[in-house]
Amino acid sequence: MRGILAGIEQAATTELRLPSRLGFEKVAMSTAATVAELMGFSADRIEDLKTAVAEACINAIEHGNRLDASQTVLVILSMAENTLEVKVVDRGFGAGKKPIQAPNIDRKMHGEEDLRGMGMFLIQSLVDEAEWVSDQRGGSYARLAIHLDREKGASDDTSGPN
Amino acid sequence: MTPPAQTKAKVERSGQLAILRFEGDVTSTSKDAILGTYERLTPEIKEILLDFSKVQYLNSSGIALVIQLLMEAGKAQQKVQTFGLTPHFQKVFTMLGLTKYTSLHPNELAAKAAFGG
Repeated sequence: MRGILAGIEQAATTELRLPSRLGFEKVAMSTAATVAELMGFSADRIEDLKTAVAEACINAIEHGNRLDASQTVLVILSMAENTLEVKVVDRGFGAGKKPIQAPNIDRKMHGEEDLRGMGMFLIQSLVDEAEWVSDQRGGSYARLAIHLDREKGASDDTSGPN
Repeated sequence: MTPPAQTKAKVERSGQLAILRFEGDVTSTSKDAILGTYERLTPEIKEILLDFSKVQYLNSSGIALVIQLLMEAGKAQQKVQTFGLTPHFQKVFTMLGLTKYTSLHPNELAAKAAFGG
C-alpha cells in the first residue's frame, strides 16, 4: 500500500513559521520526518531529509535572517503522490550563484579551508533535488525535494533483454 | 539571544586512553563540550575514543567542532577512534571525509581494539 496521500492528485501543504533562533530547526525536522513517514518514505530517506531540512533552516536562521529572532523562517512542505517538496524561506539575499564545492577535509585539517560551510553540500547530497532561489529585493528560499519512486531502485527494475 | 548549550560531555581515563562521551545534540553551541573537554585532557593522553552513542542530533556546525578536535589531536600526535554514531551520521561523516582522520566503529569494544594495544 502506498502512503497516506495515494490517489491525491493535488499537492497538499503544511506550513511552519519558525522564529530565527537556532534550535528551532528541530521543529522543521520533526515535521518533515512525520510527513515523509506518512507518505511512505523509508527510514533512511527520512533521516537524509531531516538533516537536509535542518541545514536549510540553519542557513535561513543564521545567514538569511541573521539570527534575528523577530524574523520568521517559513517552511512549506508540499506533498504530492510521489514527491515531498520542502521550501525554506528567509528574508535574506541568498547565497548567490556560486557552485557548491565539496568540502576538502585535508584542507580543513591543515587550516586552509573554513571549518564550516558544509551545509549546502550536505543538502545537495542528501536529497533528490535542491536549488536555491533569491530575489534582489530581499527574500530567498531553498527548495528540497525527495521522490518516492527513487526509493524503489533495483527492486522494481523490470528491464531485461528484449 | 544565545540558545543554551545542549551537549553534555564526560571523560573517562585509563593510562594513555581517554574516552570522551557526549550526550544530547552536537551543534554550534557545543564548543565547550567538544573542544573544551578535549583541551582539558592531560598531555599523557595519546589515544582518544569519541563516544556518540547518546547523541541524537549533529549538524554541520557541530561536525565542524569535531573536525577541529581532530585537527588538534593530529597536531598532538594523538590517535582518535569514533563509535556510536547512527548509520545515518556514519554516512554523513564519511561523505564529509572525516573517516580519513578517525575510523568509525559500531561499538566501544571495536573502537578500543582498533588502537591495537
